[in-house]
Amino acid sequence: MSDATLPGDGSRELTKKILIAAVVVILMSLAAYASLFVAPTESKMGTIQRIFYLHAPSGMVALLSFFVCFVGNLAYVFTRKAKWDWLSVSAAEVGMAFCTVLILTGPIWAHPVWGIWWTWDARLTLTFVLWLLYTSYLLLRTLVEDPDRRALISAIYGIFAFLDVPLVYGSIRWWRTQHPQPVIMGGPGSGLEPTMRKVFWFWFLNLVILMIFFIRERYALEAMRDEVQSLEREAEAA
Amino acid sequence: MALLSNTAVLLGKELRTEFRSRELLTTTVVFILTIVVLFSFTFDPSVSESRRFGPGLLWLAFLFAASLMLQPCFLREQTNDTLSALRLSVGDPFAIFFAKLAANTLFLLFTQVLLLPVFSVLYNVPILAAFPQLVLVMFMGSLGLSVTGTALSAISAQARMRELLLPLLLLPLLTPVLIASTEATAALLVPNPLMRWDWLGFLLAFDVVFLTALWLFGEYLLEE
Repeated sequence: MSDATLPGDGSRELTKKILIAAVVVILMSLAAYASLFVAPTESKMGTIQRIFYLHAPSGMVALLSFFVCFVGNLAYVFTRKAKWDWLSVSAAEVGMAFCTVLILTGPIWAHPVWGIWWTWDARLTLTFVLWLLYTSYLLLRTLVEDPDRRALISAIYGIFAFLDVPLVYGSIRWWRTQHPQPVIMGGPGSGLEPTMRKVFWFWFLNLVILMIFFIRERYALEAMRDEVQSLEREAEAA
Repeated sequence: MALLSNTAVLLGKELRTEFRSRELLTTTVVFILTIVVLFSFTFDPSVSESRRFGPGLLWLAFLFAASLMLQPCFLREQTNDTLSALRLSVGDPFAIFFAKLAANTLFLLFTQVLLLPVFSVLYNVPILAAFPQLVLVMFMGSLGLSVTGTALSAISAQARMRELLLPLLLLPLLTPVLIASTEATAALLVPNPLMRWDWLGFLLAFDVVFLTALWLFGEYLLEE
């Protein structure tokens, strides 16, 4: 590699990154403004209900990330291309972040409204089990040295974990539930007030963008890490 | 059919290995017994309380025992690298998994059937009224534990900290089995036992899903 091309490319890349990050920050600020000032105050719960705009979409985006991880796992098993493994680990970590937001904002909302911090209802329990499953997935990855082995066995664990999600949900749901019935895309009569719905979908869209942004950054980091490792191996061999 | 005959031979080998030493079964039975005794200190084991908490504690004990018992399943093959020999000797690598999970199901079922009367005496819960149904529930539950447990023991055997890792990977995955088996068992331990076919169907679904997954992806776990 010649020094003449690298700095120019690097700085253009960096400018692009900063621009994308700036757009994400602006969008998130708009979303925060919309949920605090545009959306009407809910009549029964009051201001605390505004946490809903962060809480519910975070859950949806967490599931979406785990789905991306599952797709990456499947693709890795069949193609054995390292990039799918990078995608899986990136998506799993980002999904964990959103899942953690979901678990933390839940009690903040539940305490004033239900009078309790936590209850073992279907969706709460599912979230907790999901969180545990993907913690185990990430933990497993730290305990295997060889990169190919790690990619393969964690991919298979990831597939098992994702297949378990509907079963966990089904079993707990059958068993007990007290969560409000789905408000978004639920049965008839379960709709949101129109402005609230707009703000909700705006948040969802923003969190999806944020998710893609995080996954891309994390993926780049993983790719870089892989390159460093192969350079190290080359240096050792030389 | 080669799959079945291979599996039968390998299953024979698994059973022979175990019955020569009987290490696994002895330790598992004692382990479950210990948990069952220790649980009696955590609540008042009267008849009504036992009916409420009994099935859950029984299945929790089975889950913990399984997560320990399934540990040596693939580890044992690593010590003398017998896994390579196994892989070379069978056409379909699924036979290795199939034999191991069948053996594990039998071991678990054996310990369960052995400990059920002990549990019944210690906690004053009558089991004779619905004994065949209980065995059916235990079989479906053990199958679920063994299918996922065997797959994950092949995973954890390839990692560091494997003794701690297997329960960590396995227990959250088994949430549906714990719920379904506990509910089905609880319905059979009341004065008028009722077979909960819905929960049994749920266990069947769990077993089928993971058996299929193991059949599709298991062979990759045995790659060198």
